Amino acid sequence: MWKYSDTVMDHYRHPRNVGKIDDADVIGEAGSLTCGDSLKLYLKIKDGIVTDAKFQTFGCGSAVASSSMLTEMIIGKPIDDVKKITNADIAKALGGLPPEKMHCSVMGHEALEDALKKYYNEEIDFDLSDPAGTGSRVVCTCFNVTEDVIKEAIEVNGLKTVEEVTNYTKAGGACGRCKGEIQKLLDKYAKKDETKLSPAQLVLKINKVIETVIAPELQKDGGDIELQDIRDNKVYVKLRGRCSDCRHSDVTVKAFVQSTLKDKVSNDLEVVQV
Amino acid sequence: MVIYLDNNATTKVDERVLEAMLPYLKEDYANPSSMYEFSVTPANAIAEARGKVKDFLGAKNEKEIIFTSCGSESANTAIKGAVAHNKGKKHIITTKVEHPCVLNTYKYLEKQGYKVDYIGVNSNGELDIDELKEKITDDTALVSVMWANNETGVIFPVEEIGDIIKSKNPETLFYVDAVQAAGKIPINVKDTNIDMLGVSGHKFHAPKGVGVLYVKSNVILPPLIIGGHQEKGRRAGTENVPYIVGIGVAAELAQNALEYEGTEVKRLRDKLETGILKRTYNSRLNSSINNRVPNTCNIGFEYIEGELILLHLSDLGICASSGSACTSGSLEPSHVLRAMGTPFTALHGSIRLSLSRFTTEKEVDYAIEKIPEVIDEIIKISPYQNELAHLRERANKGK
Repeated sequence: MWKYSDTVMDHYRHPRNVGKIDDADVIGEAGSLTCGDSLKLYLKIKDGIVTDAKFQTFGCGSAVASSSMLTEMIIGKPIDDVKKITNADIAKALGGLPPEKMHCSVMGHEALEDALKKYYNEEIDFDLSDPAGTGSRVVCTCFNVTEDVIKEAIEVNGLKTVEEVTNYTKAGGACGRCKGEIQKLLDKYAKKDETKLSPAQLVLKINKVIETVIAPELQKDGGDIELQDIRDNKVYVKLRGRCSDCRHSDVTVKAFVQSTLKDKVSNDLEVVQV
Repeated sequence: MVIYLDNNATTKVDERVLEAMLPYLKEDYANPSSMYEFSVTPANAIAEARGKVKDFLGAKNEKEIIFTSCGSESANTAIKGAVAHNKGKKHIITTKVEHPCVLNTYKYLEKQGYKVDYIGVNSNGELDIDELKEKITDDTALVSVMWANNETGVIFPVEEIGDIIKSKNPETLFYVDAVQAAGKIPINVKDTNIDMLGVSGHKFHAPKGVGVLYVKSNVILPPLIIGGHQEKGRRAGTENVPYIVGIGVAAELAQNALEYEGTEVKRLRDKLETGILKRTYNSRLNSSINNRVPNTCNIGFEYIEGELILLHLSDLGICASSGSACTSGSLEPSHVLRAMGTPFTALHGSIRLSLSRFTTEKEVDYAIEKIPEVIDEIIKISPYQNELAHLRERANKGK
């Protein structure tokens, strides 16, 4: 069984604001029956304020909870605040969602975005949606996921891998044919690391991290580290002082040096002790 | 309170099974292979269990019974063993609706260069036997077909399929995954063309962690687990004496309860099924009415989603399972229901209810009362109110 937070359980057991608003000013939609979840979000908007919101959801517990929480988050709020809400905000308000269920919060956000775009005739720019409004290309045809949705999920949630993109957007979760395309989008939109660095810049950056972050830590224990070479994403280092004959040196290299370099410079780096 | 209607996932251990096992977890702990008097009792206990399982499966002799750790191990041993046995043959036939433990083994073999044909089913979940027959060639190393489907309970005519296989290619081996058939319908491998058959103890009231592989005496399979001499060298590893004793007793009890399964469990299943179908207007049966094991029903609820149904049922103490994508985290709904061409409106809202000989009339009545209430509640949240209204109208007209 999924490990749902108490808030998620409360919201799928007792969903708030269920139903439709007959005289809604706008209806936002996301998802579809074939994809396994869909959402209709009804809004009343007056003087730039969301005065009422209701929803209808076809989906699992976390989809219902995300929709229900979203209505609570926007009722009574000025549009300017509402349009800043991201899927990460919805997930956070729910006390978190299992990684495989993050796409439910994305669906909530998509419906909201759809509603506001329709209401303002697509004139407003969203913080993180496609500002040029260049129409969105469908990347995953199985779940009908567009480049915009994937881009936003990558940027808002700091996604790094294809699997994470699938968890958040469902893209690539069925036939998997678009996984290469998703990787390209990750290369394009994910937080940049060494892929943009020239070989010389990479060397400088690695050296800087070693000198300013890693070496001072090792020095505290009477050890030290020296960069020997960098070839094909392999960083060759020599441990000195007390570290060199420490029987935990392998652990030091793998656990501390490598993870620090992966974190600060590039996930592709491997550290080799010489 | 737990109303356990998920007996195709696992079953409760029968008290009599547990009682029979306990001495081998306590005083009679000797290794059955050892050379002293102390090991005679466990060694005899294994022999007795083997005899009971032999009778349960209708095998010709005890040598055809190999104890394993689970259904997946039985399947892996049989499948990988069969292609090794038929070295040189590179073709395998199976069905689109096999259990993942079988399907994923074939995916693995595809990567090793085998060609696998997956035979489809009709909307009732029944196998296209003609297609299967056509596919058998001189190069076919193995055909593997489940006896009963875990999601729908639909029974495949494995005896007939065995005859077809051998008439086209006597060298082709035939594996039957009988995990969902054992204890629900009679199994009698004697005088059939089934070469190998796998079962899992915890599906018929033995504990988890023990299974059986039947291998016809003229078929020589290399072991999956290589090591000691146990199980005549066909499955190494010190015998799991208490669990083997457990599956032996469970097999005997299941054999004796077969008539009850076919009458009383079936009556309760039918009552549950018709009760729910009658009280919900957006429901449909996801299989034929006949030709199923007596304990299983699979109902699709249109325009609502399965995981949400399960969560609400769980709050009421009712345990069921779903072919919905959301329950598994796989994003894709049940491969079985998709192979059957189940309408997409009901695909994500399909629920499996599976009974056992321990299911009571009271539990069934409770489920018949509560499940339609849950369905009505969830319908209220659905964005497809127009479609649902249409279904309601149609149902009212039908009455």
